[in-house]
Amino acid sequence: MPKDYQQDFGSIITSRTSFIDEIINLARKNSIFYLLFGLACCGIELMQTGGPRADIDRFGSVPRATPRQSDLMIVAGTLTYKMAERCRLLYEQMAEPKYVISMGSCASCGGLFQYAYSVCKGVDKLVPVDIYVPGCPPRPEALTEGLMRVQDKIVRERWFSARQKVGQAQPSLGIDYKVTA
Amino acid sequence: MKLEEIHQRLAAKFGERIGAPSPANKDPFLPIKAEDVVEVCKFARQDPELAFDCLMNLSSVDWPKKNQIEVVYHLFSYGKRHALILKVALDRAQPKIASLEPVWKSADWLEREQFDLMGIEFEGHPDLRRIMLPDDWVGHPLRKDYAEQPQWHNITTTRDNSLEGYVRLDELKKKAADAAAAAAKKEMPS
Repeated sequence: MPKDYQQDFGSIITSRTSFIDEIINLARKNSIFYLLFGLACCGIELMQTGGPRADIDRFGSVPRATPRQSDLMIVAGTLTYKMAERCRLLYEQMAEPKYVISMGSCASCGGLFQYAYSVCKGVDKLVPVDIYVPGCPPRPEALTEGLMRVQDKIVRERWFSARQKVGQAQPSLGIDYKVTA
Repeated sequence: MKLEEIHQRLAAKFGERIGAPSPANKDPFLPIKAEDVVEVCKFARQDPELAFDCLMNLSSVDWPKKNQIEVVYHLFSYGKRHALILKVALDRAQPKIASLEPVWKSADWLEREQFDLMGIEFEGHPDLRRIMLPDDWVGHPLRKDYAEQPQWHNITTTRDNSLEGYVRLDELKKKAADAAAAAAKKEMPS
């Protein structure tokens, strides 16, 4: 470690921002709390993924019963139009940064029920989807893979270093925040 | 009781107003008229011999060619262990029938379901609202001529087929190949 860094610890924080990002992302990627949002048979598979065999807990991912505490929404199952509005509401209640996994064919495109009058043809018509997990329903291994892809996405994000850019708006933070100095 | 006995018992009370039973090789039913439905059902419930204390199911069938909507009542008696099916034909343009909610409480939601999906109006129903679909839904989806709306609350109800682009690309390639072949043929004689 260079000498001047030892003298002033604050300069480490401000100058090695990508290092700070890595620490933040390491914490974030290993604590993805997901919203319990099982809608159909995919919900059973979602429960299996949380159970002892697939054990998604080992990624630090635990189910939350409220959108306020969750980072990830796993839309598991057939989304009807009546539920679509609730889905959008739950998504809007989640705090930024938030991620969405569309689990199974039904959530991705309507699946088997896409010709039905009451089924929404894909959850991406309502909310931005990060990861699509194909399958009908996907096995717990597939959902675990989907969670790992979300982790990859989180690791690539830059929060602290992006914030250092003076005068630049931060749309990714979800607030109208500009660095002034 | 067999269906013949049930029919005789009902015919003894209502005479010609009860239709003839359907052929026995199918699930047998009795056709009745729309204006009699409450009277007949009240009798079928209160009569000690019939004692139909349960309305098992209430469904309907759409017949666009006959211009009819048929309401089907499945009755069952727990005490006597017999069942009966009643059918009522309604005008398709304006299907209206008296509610059976005062007779069997279970008719409440069953009639709401038929109102929701088939658009049958049950007169005298205490709470005739849609039960499955959202309140502002347009149309009655189980009718044969139901057409889906292009969008619902700014959500489009169709999804582009991602394979269609490839099919179009294939067609373009084939057209280009045909045009090239035709051009080559034209050049050959000259």
